[in-house]
Amino acid sequence: MNKKQRRALSQLMLSGPYTVWMAGFIVIPLFLIVYYGMTTKAGAFTWENITAITSSVNLKALWLSVELSFICTVICLVLSYPLAMILANSKMKNSSLTAFLFILPMWMNALLRTLAWLTLLENNGVINTVLKAIGLPAIHIINTPTAIVFGMVYNYIPFMILPIYNVLVKLDRNVINAARDLGANAVQTFLRVILPLSVPGIISGITMVFVPSLTTFAISDILGGSKILLLGNIIEQKFKTANNWHAGSGLSLVLMVFIIITMVVSSHYEKDGESASVW
Amino acid sequence: MVRFGKFLKGFYVALMGIFLYAPILTLIVLSFNASKSRAKWSGFTFKWYAALFENEAILQSLWNTIIIALVSSLVATLIGTMASIAMNRMKKLPRQVMMGITNIPMLNADIVTGISLMLLFIMTDFAPGFTSVLLAHITFNIPYVILSVLPKLKQTDRNVFEAAQDLGATPISAFMKVVLPDIFPGILSGFLLAFTMSLDDFVITHFTKGAGVDTISTKVYTELRKGIKPEMYALSTLMFAAVLILLVLINRRRATHEQTVNH
Amino acid sequence: MSDKLIDLINISKSYDGQVVLDEMDLYIRDNEFLTLLGPSGCGKTTTLRIIGGFETPDTGKVIFQGKDITNLPPNQRDLNTVFQKYALFTHMTVEENIAFGLRIKKKSRQYIKDKIDYALKLVNLDGYGKRSVDSLSGGQQQRIAIARAIVNEPKLLLLDEPLGALDLKLRQDMQYELIRLKNELGITFIYVTHDQEEALTMSDTIVVMNQGYIQQIGSPEAIYNEPKNAFVADFIGESNIIDGIMIEDKLVRILGAKFPCVDTGFGTNRPVDVVIRPEDVELVAPEAGTIAGTVTSLIFKGVHYEMDVMANGYEWLVHSTKMFPVGEAVGIHVDPFNIQIMNKPESEDEEAVTIDE
Repeated sequence: MNKKQRRALSQLMLSGPYTVWMAGFIVIPLFLIVYYGMTTKAGAFTWENITAITSSVNLKALWLSVELSFICTVICLVLSYPLAMILANSKMKNSSLTAFLFILPMWMNALLRTLAWLTLLENNGVINTVLKAIGLPAIHIINTPTAIVFGMVYNYIPFMILPIYNVLVKLDRNVINAARDLGANAVQTFLRVILPLSVPGIISGITMVFVPSLTTFAISDILGGSKILLLGNIIEQKFKTANNWHAGSGLSLVLMVFIIITMVVSSHYEKDGESASVW
Repeated sequence: MVRFGKFLKGFYVALMGIFLYAPILTLIVLSFNASKSRAKWSGFTFKWYAALFENEAILQSLWNTIIIALVSSLVATLIGTMASIAMNRMKKLPRQVMMGITNIPMLNADIVTGISLMLLFIMTDFAPGFTSVLLAHITFNIPYVILSVLPKLKQTDRNVFEAAQDLGATPISAFMKVVLPDIFPGILSGFLLAFTMSLDDFVITHFTKGAGVDTISTKVYTELRKGIKPEMYALSTLMFAAVLILLVLINRRRATHEQTVNH
Repeated sequence: MSDKLIDLINISKSYDGQVVLDEMDLYIRDNEFLTLLGPSGCGKTTTLRIIGGFETPDTGKVIFQGKDITNLPPNQRDLNTVFQKYALFTHMTVEENIAFGLRIKKKSRQYIKDKIDYALKLVNLDGYGKRSVDSLSGGQQQRIAIARAIVNEPKLLLLDEPLGALDLKLRQDMQYELIRLKNELGITFIYVTHDQEEALTMSDTIVVMNQGYIQQIGSPEAIYNEPKNAFVADFIGESNIIDGIMIEDKLVRILGAKFPCVDTGFGTNRPVDVVIRPEDVELVAPEAGTIAGTVTSLIFKGVHYEMDVMANGYEWLVHSTKMFPVGEAVGIHVDPFNIQIMNKPESEDEEAVTIDE
């Protein structure tokens, strides 16, 4: 065996397992969704599983999913940007510690943490008890879409904070100084320099918040009291309760269209397609 | 004016901190609550901690969670590191194709990944159970390993590998002695990331598991309707405390290590 | 050249208890090319940042054209900065970068366009306006950073090691380019560098700084030929710095031999530092020199030979166009005019530090 052949062989041995794995567990399964989504139980071709989205229940769920995840993304962005800015400008430049503080909660089971909000937000929950004690009106949001948005924001806001923080903390101080030097005041510097330069972080944060909140079913289960159905809930029921994989796959295809749109938009802004955005 | 701004900033950070940590505190408090109810406090107790160690079902789910996380992240680290080395040497186009596919499980919604794997097991008549969950976890763990290792490999100077061979090492021993130590931090962080993701996963496990096999996440989800057993609060408090202590220890060791390096 | 454009009075600054500038006074004349020169950590960049408005001094005042601007934010100062590593706006094109300051000032479209054209011509980057900043080389980015600053017609341009990231050839080209630019614009430059050659080439005035203190202010010739202390002598070019005793006016003893010199007023029998530039050491026949020694190393440097000569326990650095092989016995002679006598440093702060750049 000559050197070239040896090299080709080692390359094959190294990449082989993953290539097979990728094909078998990533690519083929995705095509299976397409296959199931476009066939009947008998195996015949059909559009019906996909057009089922136009039924009033499904359409309502889709619309609610889009609406709530949109609101959630906006709230996350509005809350995260100032926080990321404060953290990035703070003397404590220890970025690993900062990231650590926002990742740490993720080590406690997410479902349980979401459930804890139920205890806090309930009509007779902790927050209302406190509000009552200081003479403020109680809030009644449990089992409403508001509570679901609340849970989404809570679960996914770290994914907005971290990418924005990472961009801001790497910003060259002198670029900001240069803007000031050229006559821009604080507001102009923010709008014309800092904000545009942090767009990659914002976009990556938006994707990482929008996609999971669009597709969640657990949060709506817990905080929506099983009365409010998101598209995720409907798909989950089709698969796990109704065992109707064809109908579930059809609706998943609709969901995937939204996910793909989000990814295409975000990849447009990402300069280096080979880097992980959060970590 | 400046002081007021400073106060406002501190206040905001504190508020966000409360937002993120309030539920954790709640769960910790609930784990010591004498009453089974989430709604009211009826005195301090350790009894749920005692009960936890007698609850076979919860302990079994803890065991499953840890074994699945450990095995899946180890396998993923092995396959992912090998793939990274190969990808680092590839031409641009095949590498980008591989990278594009690697990104799919990361960027895709968990529910889609979950059902796609569920369909795979249905299609192949593979009985869902422990193994199917393990395979699914390996699948979504590999990308985290690759994304941690590949950047390290890119930073590694090719000349180092070649210099080792020039000095008489075989390619394999050159890799083991020179490249591997260099990329080891990437491999380690990839492994830890994969382990965390596996531990934290609910959705994909939910769709790929068989009846009777539960991880902590899926166990919590089934209990949601019936009412959560307080032992669960005790377990999650213990796990959180363990992780916190571990991370503080690692951080302290790193800090003292950096100090010795600096001086 | 008599008006004070900028006047720094009693400026002090410290970070975390570490003094960076200690009660510094310095003024800069209109239309001067002034260079702040010193090793890293000497306070030169901090001085520049205080003038630019990016740092507030702990004590002291910054007077600009007769007005106190100490607490004025950078955007309200009539001066501009060319930053280290350029600090260009990567999300904008070359044109947008240059137009930034003018757009903030709400200048007319036509005015901005003319200014961009003018500035691009001035820095020899005609036709690069639509390019993205990332597509330019380091040297080109440097020129854009300069263009971006000067279109605002500042009275004063601050340059913070602007050539530090460029390779040697490009750096030399840019030095002449900067001198040309300054002459064309007729504005004042304050230039920060740790490169003594750069400072000698470009400046009207050099301010040598070390550990927060000004060591010497003077023209390049004065700084090179008459360094005030051992630090300056050591930092500016290569030198033989030897302990000596000033026996009387115009006579100094070094390494056991008496050398006639031209300095007076040091008193009698006082310890001093003696500076002799390597090109001022003349090698002659052993018996013809003031002291005798042996050549210990010889390197051909192109324009001259560099030799080490061991004589009376000191290794002399010698630059000469005449070659003496290693091992040859030689005499050392120094023209009295080329011997520079300096007071020993009185405090630790004045002491020469090792320069590791």
